[in-house]
Amino acid sequence: MAAKSEATSGLDRYNRIGKGMNVLFHLVFILLALVCVVPILVIVSISFSSEDSIRETGYHMFPTVFSVEAYGFIIQQGTVILRAFGVSVLVTVIGTVLGVLLTASMGYVLAQPNYKLKSFLTWVVFIPMVFNGGLVSSYFINANLLGLKDTIWALILPLAVSSFNVIICKTFFRSTIPDGIVESAEIDGASQLRIFFSIIMPISLPVLATIGLFLCFGYWNDWFQSMLYINNQDLYSLQALLNNLMSNVDALARNASSMGVSYATLVASMPKETARMAVAILIVVPVAFAYPFFQRYFIAGLTVGSIKG
Amino acid sequence: MKKEERKHRRPRWRKQDTELTLLALPTTIWYILFCFLPMFGVIIAFKDFKISGGFLSNVFNSPWSGWKNFEFLFKSNDAWITIRNTLGYNIIFILLGILIPVTLALMIGRLHNSRAGKVYQTMMFLPYFLSWVVVSAVIWAFLSFDKGIANQMLNQMGAESVNWYMEPQYWPYFLIFMNVWKGIGYGMVVYLATITGIDSTYYEAAVIDGASIWQQTRYITLPMMKLVIVMMFILAVGRIFYTDFGLFYQVPRDSNSLFNVTTTLDVLVYKQLKTATVGMASAAAFVQSVMGCITILFANWIVRRIDSESAMM
Repeated sequence: MAAKSEATSGLDRYNRIGKGMNVLFHLVFILLALVCVVPILVIVSISFSSEDSIRETGYHMFPTVFSVEAYGFIIQQGTVILRAFGVSVLVTVIGTVLGVLLTASMGYVLAQPNYKLKSFLTWVVFIPMVFNGGLVSSYFINANLLGLKDTIWALILPLAVSSFNVIICKTFFRSTIPDGIVESAEIDGASQLRIFFSIIMPISLPVLATIGLFLCFGYWNDWFQSMLYINNQDLYSLQALLNNLMSNVDALARNASSMGVSYATLVASMPKETARMAVAILIVVPVAFAYPFFQRYFIAGLTVGSIKG
Repeated sequence: MKKEERKHRRPRWRKQDTELTLLALPTTIWYILFCFLPMFGVIIAFKDFKISGGFLSNVFNSPWSGWKNFEFLFKSNDAWITIRNTLGYNIIFILLGILIPVTLALMIGRLHNSRAGKVYQTMMFLPYFLSWVVVSAVIWAFLSFDKGIANQMLNQMGAESVNWYMEPQYWPYFLIFMNVWKGIGYGMVVYLATITGIDSTYYEAAVIDGASIWQQTRYITLPMMKLVIVMMFILAVGRIFYTDFGLFYQVPRDSNSLFNVTTTLDVLVYKQLKTATVGMASAAAFVQSVMGCITILFANWIVRRIDSESAMM
């Protein structure tokens, strides 16, 4: 869009909306942009308020009494939140790497025109796009048959592959990687595994980055898998912790004994409302600072999806 | 004898085929475990299934119950309310999900200052990257009965506080608003990409012929966007039996007073699963899977008639 308006010449000057209209459009977009961003700023403001001021006068757009006690509490009390942060990071990293490998390998295989089982595997990838077993049978298979309940793999494996991503990958390999590269490597005696890992992966970084980003944000933002499969609070991710805190804010006092105070004293003294919002901020900050830089890749992925179904 | 013939007719199984099969093996196993096993698991909808012990022995040993689970499901009033909500909300979401982003995409391309446009677009993309748990915390800050910002504003204007999480009449508007709010950045990206892709010579020719901006939009931009709009519409219709679980479960905080306006198929299935009424849950999930399959295939069939390049198969 930017490139277009810079490139257009004098003709474009005659082809503009009027000044008044322009101001009106700007006002509409400023309003919408604020509606999208302000709610997060409200959360920031609450997390920087003093607990007493919230108990007395409620939440506010701007802190009535500024305080960092919520963050102080998080640092001092640490373990529960740090652990959840660790689980979130671990799940995101392992899940993204695993997901990219599984997706790209299948995409590469499907992109080979002469592969014998190609049509069979195409059906394997296609059928789940149309029909799925639904929540109930997936739940029982994952929890009872595969024994994923209360393991970290329950947060990773079910989200690792999506047929949609496999097809994006396949289309990319088919359209941008010349057959000659694969053929000449085959003539040189390279195995398919070697071709995939040392030739295809390095030259496919754009599509791998796009899929990696989708997976990365997906894992970081996931709370549903935790809600289904995780009862052990030691395996809570940040999202699961926040989800739990929304209904039971005292859960933060779980590790009271390790701080040398009794559970009851900690529950009575800790900043509850503000600490809850501070956890939300821990979730949002990495995302909010990362996405503007990666927006380009997202847009690439989304538009491929919409146009190439 | 016959086997011999086939071998000669078709190309031999090469070393590459073995290697490619090895490469595809982990993902194939993943598909079998996480997609195909659950597909066969749907038979529990036709069984009197009890959760105890191993899954497989349970499936084989529990008695067949025919359509009994479905009878229970459709005899309850909940099923009809749920289906009404699922389809009703989705129809509104589909219409607004096209109307609003298309309008905004048309507008943002017309701003004199395109750098400002980029900033607005980035800001409006933020909600797309937030999880529903975080959004639920945000809504709580506004709608909480005793601490919420909404009630403080009402009090300042001299009005009574409203117990938002107990009053169903407001929630259809809230839910529709939240859906638009979260999806607006995504929709704009898709439609803007289409607008940017239109060859600028069309507009140059139109300007020379004296076409106004409105005429250019009406006769060039919109017709060029028609295909993408139709595709997005049909794909959304194909998913009309599925809803965003987070929107309908996390945002209303699972409040029972709001049951009639916030329960969709996904919420119903989850709640019944958690309360261990597996029979009804599996029946509802089966209905969703089958109806979803039919609508997706139907949508795909229409897509293929319009533009075979864009169809899934």
